[in-house]
Order: sequence, then C-alpha cells, then structure tokens
Amino acid sequence: MKFDTIIIGGGLCGLTAGIELSRKGQKCLIVSSGQSALHFFSGSFELCSSAEDPFQAMESLGKGHPYSKIGLENVRSLSSKVKPFFKEVGISMKGIKDANHWRITPLGVLKRAWLTMDEYATVPPEGRMPWKKVALLNVDGFLDFHTSYIAAGLAEQGVETVIKSISMPELDHLRNNPTEMRSTNISKALTGDAIGVLAARINEHAKDVDAVFMPAVVGLTGCSDVVRLKEKVDRPLNFIATLPPSVPGIRMQLMLKRHFQKLGGTYMLGDSVTGGEFKDGKLVSIKTQNHGDVNFCADNFILATGSFFSKGLSSDIDGVTEPVFGLDVDSIEERSQWYKRNMFEAQPYMNIGIATDNDFKVSRNGVTIDNLYAAGAVLGGFNALKEGSGAGVSILSALHVSSLILKD
Amino acid sequence: MKEYDVIIVGGGITGAGTARDCAMRGLKTLIIERFDFTAGATGRNHGLLHSGARYAVTDQESAEECIRENMILRKIARHCVEETDGMFITLPEDDLGFQSTFIDSCLKAGIRAEAIDPKEAIRLEPSVNKTLIGAVRVPDGAVDPFRLTIANVYDARLHGAEVLTYHEVTSILKEGDAVVGVEVVDHHTKEKKSIRSRLVINAGGIWGHHIASLAGATVNMFPAKGALLIFGHRVNNMVINRCRKPADADILVPGDTICLIGTTSSRLPYDQIDDMKVTPDEVDILLREGAKLAPELAQTRILRAYAGVRPLVAADNDPSGRSISRGIVCLDHETRDGIPGFITITGGKLMTYRLMAEWATDLACRKLGVDKKCQTAEICLPGSEESEKKSEKTVRTGLGAKAAQGRHGTRSVNITRNDKRDESLVCECEGVSVAEVNYAIEELNAKNIINLRRRTRLGMGTCQGELCACRAAGLLAKSNGCARRSIEDLASFMNERWKGMFPVAWGDTLAEAQFTSWIYEGVCGLDAFEQKEG
Repeated sequence: MKFDTIIIGGGLCGLTAGIELSRKGQKCLIVSSGQSALHFFSGSFELCSSAEDPFQAMESLGKGHPYSKIGLENVRSLSSKVKPFFKEVGISMKGIKDANHWRITPLGVLKRAWLTMDEYATVPPEGRMPWKKVALLNVDGFLDFHTSYIAAGLAEQGVETVIKSISMPELDHLRNNPTEMRSTNISKALTGDAIGVLAARINEHAKDVDAVFMPAVVGLTGCSDVVRLKEKVDRPLNFIATLPPSVPGIRMQLMLKRHFQKLGGTYMLGDSVTGGEFKDGKLVSIKTQNHGDVNFCADNFILATGSFFSKGLSSDIDGVTEPVFGLDVDSIEERSQWYKRNMFEAQPYMNIGIATDNDFKVSRNGVTIDNLYAAGAVLGGFNALKEGSGAGVSILSALHVSSLILKD
Repeated sequence: MKEYDVIIVGGGITGAGTARDCAMRGLKTLIIERFDFTAGATGRNHGLLHSGARYAVTDQESAEECIRENMILRKIARHCVEETDGMFITLPEDDLGFQSTFIDSCLKAGIRAEAIDPKEAIRLEPSVNKTLIGAVRVPDGAVDPFRLTIANVYDARLHGAEVLTYHEVTSILKEGDAVVGVEVVDHHTKEKKSIRSRLVINAGGIWGHHIASLAGATVNMFPAKGALLIFGHRVNNMVINRCRKPADADILVPGDTICLIGTTSSRLPYDQIDDMKVTPDEVDILLREGAKLAPELAQTRILRAYAGVRPLVAADNDPSGRSISRGIVCLDHETRDGIPGFITITGGKLMTYRLMAEWATDLACRKLGVDKKCQTAEICLPGSEESEKKSEKTVRTGLGAKAAQGRHGTRSVNITRNDKRDESLVCECEGVSVAEVNYAIEELNAKNIINLRRRTRLGMGTCQGELCACRAAGLLAKSNGCARRSIEDLASFMNERWKGMFPVAWGDTLAEAQFTSWIYEGVCGLDAFEQKEG
C-alpha cells in the first residue's frame, strides 16, 4: 500500500499533520494505538506560558528547543493559523493571538492558557474576574470533580459561590457499580432527552447568579449536546476540567479524526508499527501489528508517538530508547541525573526526546533518515510542563513538518 | 490539670502495643506521636512475620522470642497476618553444608524447620529460582504492620487510652530529677502545651535517642539503614529467604497485592534519619540479589523504593549492624541514671513488639504499684476476635466490602453505608470505598491522605495513588471543611510518593510518574500548593 505520507501516532500532533497534509492534497495514513494525551486534556492549548505575551516568553528558550528549530518568526506565523484550523474541524477556541488568558483548574487556581475551547470558563489576561457570584454544580457522587476546591479558589479572587449537587434518574444506574461514576460514563448518560432534564435542574440552582460552572462531562462524541445545553440554561454556562479522562479531549480527538477521514485520510486505530525497512538513508516502508506482512510505503513519514506515557519513548534501567525504529535519542547518561528529588522542580527526564536536525529529521546510529520527521512530545529539548508549551509544540511542529514535506 | 498515669512517646508498633497493654491494665494512658502512627521504622520494613529462623544460627535468644511471638500473633492478630510459610533456599553458589547447621539451630530454638526436596520447593513456590540445590520450610509469614499498629491503638482507645497524633514532644517536664510529664507542640496549630503524668515511656524507636536526651539520659542508638523495593504484583506466595548468613537483599516477602525485597544495610549518621535516600547502588543490589531468589523479579515492575532505620542500641562497633543483637532493651532510668519516672523501651523488632510492650508495662506497673497481669498474649486484637456476634447492621456487599473485610477483619462491620454512593470506589487498585475512607477518617484518626494510605491501603496499588489521592483529598476536605489544607496535603502526598518512585523510575514507573506530573501539575496546577520543606 502506497501513501504520500504515513504518520505514526494519532494524537493531537499526528492528527494535525494528517489534516494539514490531506488539505493540501496528500494521501495520508495515520497508525494510532488509540490512547493519546488528549484524554487528559485541560480544555486549553498552551503556547508558552511563562509570561503574558507567549512570543516574548519564547525569546529566552534555548537553541535546541523545538520552537527555536522552527524559528520564532515561523512560530508566529504558524500560530496565527491554529484558531481557524480548529474552526474548520468544528472546534471553536477562544483566546487572543499574542496574550495569554487564564483558565480555572480543577483545583481552583488560575493557569495561563493561549487558546481555550469555547465552553470552558476563562479569565481575561489582566486577571479580573468577570463574575461576582456563580453557581458551582457537580453531579451527585462524582468523585473526580471537587466543588469545594474551586469555590475556595474563586473566593480568593472575590467571587461568591453557591454549591449544589445535581441528581437525575438518568444517572442512577451508574451507582449500581462502584466504578461507574466516572466522567465518560456520565457523559454517555447526559445526552438526548437527558439534556433537557439537566438544563432544568441547572436552572433551579441558577436563579440569581452571573454564571453557572459545572464539570466538563457533556459531549463525548460531538458538540451538539453542549450547544443544546447552553441554549437551554438561562445563565452563561461554563465548564471546568475534571480529573481524567477528559470528555472534551476525547471529543476533540474524535472530531479531528473524523475531519481527517473526511479529507480522505486513512486512520488505522488500535494498531501499532512493528518496524520498518530502511534503504539509502531513507525509510521505505513499515509493517504493523494488525496487518502482518503488508508493506505500507510512503515518500515521507512522521513520528508523532508522544513521550514516555504515550510510549513514544521507552526506558529501562540502562537508558532511554525509541521503541519503533531504535532511533537516536538525546538522553542523559547517568540515571541519577534524570530526576530532581522534589517532584515540582523541573525534572530533567522531561527534556529527553528523539534527536533531530534543525528540520526535525531523525537519525539512526548517527545517520540522518532523510524522509522521517519527528514532531510533538516525542521531541526533546523542551519541558512542556514548566514552559507551558505542550500543545503549542505538538500543533506547531506538526504544521511546520507538514510544510517542509509539502515544499519537497 | 489532668494527670495521666503514663504517657507513651512514639506511635510506632512498640508505642501502640505499650499503650494497649497499659490501658488494658487499667492505667490512665496517653500516646503521643509527632506525625502519624507507623510513620517511622514500623511502616518501613518487610512486613515479615519472622519465624525466627533467620536469627537461629547467630542469636538463639532472638530466635526463641520470635517463634513464640509468631505463634501469638497468628492468634491475636489473625486479620493482620497471612500464614504463607517460608523457605530458606540454597543456590549453587551457596554452601549446602550450612543447611544442617541451620536446621539444627532452628529446631533448638523451637522453630519447625524441615528440609524439602528442591523439586518439592518449586512445586510449592513456582516463582523460586529453579537452580536451587536445597530448601528448608519454616513457619514464616506476612504481617501488615499498618493494620497491626492501628488495631493496637484502636484497642487502647477502647480501653480508655487517649491519642495525640501530629504532636511532637519538645521537652520533658521535670521536678528535681524526676520526670513529671512532657511539653508538646501541635504541628497543625503550632500551639504548645504541657501534659503531666506519673510516668513517661520512651518508645520512640531510633528517635528515642533524642527523647532520652531531652530527659537528660543517654541511650546510644545505632542507626542502620535498610532499603527495600516494592514490586507491582505478588510474584511469590511464600516468603523466600537465602539459607546463608544474613546478607543484603535476601528476603522476598509477599504482602496483599505486592511483594517486597530487602534489605540492604548501611551505617547512617544520626542527623540523616529523617531524610533517607535510596541510592542507585542500593537499587541495583536489591534487584540483582532479588532476582536470584525469584528470577521473575527482573521483569516485574517496581512500584517504589524506600528505606527504614533499624533502631538498634549500639553495643559494639560492628559496621554492618547485623551481628548486633535484636534483643529487647528496657531501661529503668531511675536505677540507671537517677531519673525517676522515665522508662525507655527499645531494641527488639516488629515481631517482638508485644513482648517489648509487656516488659515496659510490667516495669511501669511495678513503679505505680499496680498489680495486674499482662493479657495481651491471650486477648485478640479488635478485628481478630472470634466472630460470635453477627452484625445487625446493613450487610455490605461488593468489591469494596470484601477488600475492607480483609483489612479490618471482624471490625469491618462498623464500616457502614448510607446509600449506594458510599460504595463508590475511591481507590480502584485496592478496592477502597467511600464508606471505608469515611470510617478511617472518623474512627481511625486519619487526618490526611498519608494516614488514609496507612489505614486502608488506598494508593498502595499499581498506580500508586494516581487518581485516588485526589478523590481522597476531596473526601477529607468535606470532613475537615478546609479545601486549601486538603490540597496542600495532596501536594505533599504526591511529592512523598515521588520520593519513593524516582529511585526506580524507569519503564512503566517513569511513564506513570510523567503522567502524574501531567495531570497534577499540568491540568490541575498542584505546584501552586507546594509546601516548602523545613
């Protein structure tokens, strides 16, 4: 089977590249193991969070950083495409291009964000709370969302809260099994006619408030339930992220996938690459678990397999390796140097990733593979957590690598 | 001012056992612990129900004490003990000649020890190294030190004892030479107060060195650090030991859903006992030696590494800390140092805690003129009583209820539920329900997530508290009404967890750690609540 580009990894990065290349007429294949960091999504994309202006924040990044390899001017122009890109997929994001706003975390603190899904609560860059009094709702018995944390955080910002919990017959069956009351199960129950019932319950509690906050547990497979609920609730309705799994994150991955397929892309779910055939410094073809002897050939390949927890990098007592092709890794030799004792310090292992040249081409045994690019969290040289750059690196490196492929 | 007969300093197994014994003999008892029960060496060991076989060759007295207490604990602490049996294996590199010396010494100490054929050993324990050339079966077992301590404290309270956790003794009150009480600081409120008593019993384990010095006495403790690794599943069902002189990493103990290999032994400066690190070298030794007992360990995920300090009383200059006797030391400071009203109980080990408590309480009773016999060897701990009275309360069913019964024994009937909501699982790995968490908060002095972990095994399973920590924090916030405190508690819990994980953070454990940071720092912003140390 022959494609223009094969992308390994079906998360935010892989899907962005797949859609971008398909839009420009390429025939693409995505091989996805299924899980993705989007399942733990906060509702917001971060670009660079250490200052209010993300581009100013980027200026202090080192030269091995993915943004530096893309080039800061390039980062600026690519970033202006992100909002319309997601709009086309059907996902509305809010945010200003060159100023970070704030999102409210599940612990009630404010964290900088660059673009946030429309349905989530956000606070403008200057940090002034747009509400005086809000209703804070939870689903009765849902343990992965804590109204008291958010109330305490809002109180510190001078916002008064009314805390209520919602019971509905539609959710009762989830109580029969002690492990059922989780976000995705709730969202499966809160659909169809249940949306009307939920809206009525919310309206009972939202009489004299400026806005209603609730956990992001609506709309697992599409936006329509969210849109209907917002229409039926009398006050502005805002979501706040829950502990994983993230319902809007799973929805985002589904919508990206559908859009990719609509553009003609092939998406192989639950499959994984078992190895590839290299010839003259190029990757010629790959094989996968589910397709045995079939050779999937392409002109170009993108490795977007994520970091350790997505299994794009693997480690053992002796060091870090790239599990699909055995590519070169920019690692830290001494295991004792991978970590800091305090969990909240910048952990050096977070910066470990695939070694690439300035065009994101990877190497194997020191030899550059001319048509195999790495993008997203599998890259090294950055700390997504400390910089607040995870989604930014995933999306922008995907767009950048796509443009390099298209230029060829 | 209220006066106690006896104040016990230290909430490890020795202090808890002593509090129970004192209270059962009618003494007005207070037990004070600076952090939480089992926070010291009690919560940082193998959880091995020693048969005494390990000491038989080198220390007959300890071996005899061990087997006696072993048999007592099987009876009075049924719900804390797993009768797994153990084997001492001889590998090709070991001297098979040692086996007969070993068996003779065991039998002399009263320990059932039976040589079994290597093939039979493999049949009994399929995970054992198949190259073994000899095996001896002994009555080792597993004991849950958390459950055992809490059951002792719980029973002490049922007998009228009072409990102060998170209270640190800052000085010992004296009148002339005599000890008449303690001054404590409440770690939560920072408030100081004086509490009077007729006797103070120092059961501070390794920290007892410091407590004694506050009273003006010198008890030189020998801090020997022992590192252990916890594996993500139960590889073995019997305890596996090496049949040779005690050495590094030669005991593999199963416990609940996991197993543990340990220990190393190294000298530790006294000023580092509160800040122990497991080094990469120690991890390497434990893994290498552990895989010799059960080769499967080399491919098994390691959940965490930790270290405890053996509270041995320094007797000689043995650099390994191993040939030192585990013997019990009960010091009457009145006769020893001219300090009336002060007793130190130390030395010994988890296995002999009850006997240590008996000695200390005997001495206390003599001093107070109380003539009551020790009954702790006969009367079962709460949770282990013969269940003659069937509960009238709602019978709970389901995963959480079954797991709770294992943890709390007959007392699990006290875990009540109001409705189905309380059956909801907080910790999925270990089957801990909302009802059990609430029971631990209300009945077992659980004030934070680490306490809950020790009371219920919450967060001790494969995911090491990934999501259940946050759920538990939410339930604690509901009970104590302070969201901020409970989030700060969550931050320090996650940071403590990391300290156990990073020495073994590769493979799945590294992936899990990165995932944790992604959730707690990335999505939740927990770093804003970090508690600066010191």
